[in-house]
Amino acid sequence: MFFSIKDLSVSVDGKKILNNFSIEIKKGEIHAIMGPNGSGKSTLANVIAGKEEYKVESGEITFKQKNLFDFNIEERAKQGIFLAFQYPIEIPGVNITPFLRSSLNSKLKHNNNDEIDNIKFSDLLRQKAAELGIDIEMLKRPVNVGFSGGEKKKYEILQMSILNPELCIFDETDSGLDIDALKIVTNGINKLKNSNNSFLIITHYQKLLDHIKPDYVHVMRDGLIVKTGNRSLVSEIEKTGYKNF
Amino acid sequence: MNSQTIQTIKETDTKKYKYGFVTDIESEKPKKGLNENIIKYISSKKKEPRWMLEWRLKAYNKWLKMKDPKWANIKFPKINYQDIYYYSAPKGFEKKPKNLNEVDPKILETYNKLGIPLEEQKILAGVAVDAVFDSVSVATTYKGELDKLGIIFCSISEAIIQHPELIKKYLGSVIPQADHKFSALNSAVFTDGSFVYIPENVKCPMELSTYFRINSEETGQFERTLIIADKGSYVSYLEGCTAPKRDTNQLHAANVELVALDNAEIKYSTVQNWYPGDENGKGGIYNFVTKRGICKGINSKISWTQVETGSAITWKYPSCILKGENSIGEFYSVAITNNFQQADTGTKMIHIGKNSKSKIISKGISIGKSQNTYRGAVNFLKNAIKSRNYTQCDSLLIGDQCGAHTIPYIESKNNSSIIEHEASTSKINEEQLYYCRQRGLNHEEAVSLIVNGFCKQVLQELPMEFAVEAQKLVSISLEGSVG
Repeated sequence: MFFSIKDLSVSVDGKKILNNFSIEIKKGEIHAIMGPNGSGKSTLANVIAGKEEYKVESGEITFKQKNLFDFNIEERAKQGIFLAFQYPIEIPGVNITPFLRSSLNSKLKHNNNDEIDNIKFSDLLRQKAAELGIDIEMLKRPVNVGFSGGEKKKYEILQMSILNPELCIFDETDSGLDIDALKIVTNGINKLKNSNNSFLIITHYQKLLDHIKPDYVHVMRDGLIVKTGNRSLVSEIEKTGYKNF
Repeated sequence: MNSQTIQTIKETDTKKYKYGFVTDIESEKPKKGLNENIIKYISSKKKEPRWMLEWRLKAYNKWLKMKDPKWANIKFPKINYQDIYYYSAPKGFEKKPKNLNEVDPKILETYNKLGIPLEEQKILAGVAVDAVFDSVSVATTYKGELDKLGIIFCSISEAIIQHPELIKKYLGSVIPQADHKFSALNSAVFTDGSFVYIPENVKCPMELSTYFRINSEETGQFERTLIIADKGSYVSYLEGCTAPKRDTNQLHAANVELVALDNAEIKYSTVQNWYPGDENGKGGIYNFVTKRGICKGINSKISWTQVETGSAITWKYPSCILKGENSIGEFYSVAITNNFQQADTGTKMIHIGKNSKSKIISKGISIGKSQNTYRGAVNFLKNAIKSRNYTQCDSLLIGDQCGAHTIPYIESKNNSSIIEHEASTSKINEEQLYYCRQRGLNHEEAVSLIVNGFCKQVLQELPMEFAVEAQKLVSISLEGSVG
């Protein structure tokens, strides 16, 4: 299995957030997890990424046959896990271009590849930005500083396209997006999707899923998946909300 | 703050201070201690004229009656002025070598190791360097090219002999001998440093730079630098410094004076990396420095940029006296303290001329058990009408045992001047670290990136040749990842 979570229980400050959560994702699949606020969606994303404030009570996560709990945040990132944040944080004084170049280089180094030089990187960045419809002026600014909600998400997509991860997790990426920004995000996902990577899209609303075709839709509640289906589940939720699950 | 952040921070630079080596060279020193004979010895070693010796002795007599300044937020044992060597030169050093063949290869090798090659074929492009080793200047590069433009760039000892008229006119004109005890001390025993004179309407085409190296043990370094920018001229000057690792504290008491005449501009940058002491606070340089510039003429400008990462104690307030109408003073500072380092640094902007403007950007980073104080004064005198100051002080705390302090003094004697002051104190943000690490940067890289971002407003003021070096130095001061 490419990626699997088995019977994962996680607590924060003594409060159980994930409760025997399980999921399996194959290469090339798109999974959507929907659920009401407080169902544990963001915790799930952060636990996969390796954020340290969570206590794993039991269960396991494997990624490419490796136990993810053996690795810290950056090691997981370098192995191909990418988390598009719900609220990407500002880093004043750190410009996008050098930030992203160091980020890519640490991944290249990890895979025993040569680092990319400034000129080649600059070309790559411009090309990717153009493909995604991102204004190159944005690339001269510090990371997320003064970005609108939409710009932040676009920038997350741009980073994803540069780093070329194998498992992309979107944590409520659609919150606070206008239609145009939403399009950039969904077009980005559609463009980047191929048979070698997988997507886990966590969302509260169905809006994002109008433009992406998930292979599976899961409904999450009280820390575990209560129902799994195909796209038709999305319209069901749209009609009746989460109260039936 | 999670445990890993604290761990990263604990693995600090001191064990790996890469400039901590000692050059094995025999040096010539008079006996320890300060008295009239020592001053006469220094003066005669430098073959100074009589008036210079008298100037020194006058300062010494003032010094005798003065007390150590007490107002800074620093703690250190009383300095025993009689337990310091006041002069140290490589043995047999009679006068500055005419060319590099005459310089001891060990000294050349020292500067190579420090990344400041002096040999003709290796010298840094676009930077003229004056190399000061303990108490003497050993070499100055690019001299010929500067001579053609009428620019004087030499050691202060040479200038005293060759340009006495300029020295008599300007030495001590910005920092009076008796300004405070350290300035009096320096005036009495200063050994070497640089002298710069830029003639009218000449824009100096390259960076001028002095590299100070303290090698000898228990030796004080008393550097004296004087820069004069004549009408309509421009110069950018950079100072760098290092010292070997030693268990005992060493004293560095410098006086730097800048004079900018009408429409002249001086940009003065410092990258200070004196040995900071070990992780238990043993050893390190006491850096008691007086730097002051006067914007004497109309539209003149003086800009100080400093990156302070070293020294056990930094006590330093590069200041501007804004005498000329429309003159401009600037102060950009990054001060990083780690372990038991103490820094009390800032600036004074004294507005005398009307429409004078000043800008202060200070970034303090405290780590370990260190104490980092910004102390700054802005004074508007009666005639400084319509003058302005903008001050921004930001402090970043890493860990919970360090301290950051901001102490601004503001005084205005007219009612048309405007001052703006902004200050902030923050801790390094775990969410920023998480974000960087999720993008594959390790913990150290992430801390260094965030701190460099925090300092950027200041680092970008450095001449390009040094900005990259300074960025690396900031990272090293945080990480302990010296290559």
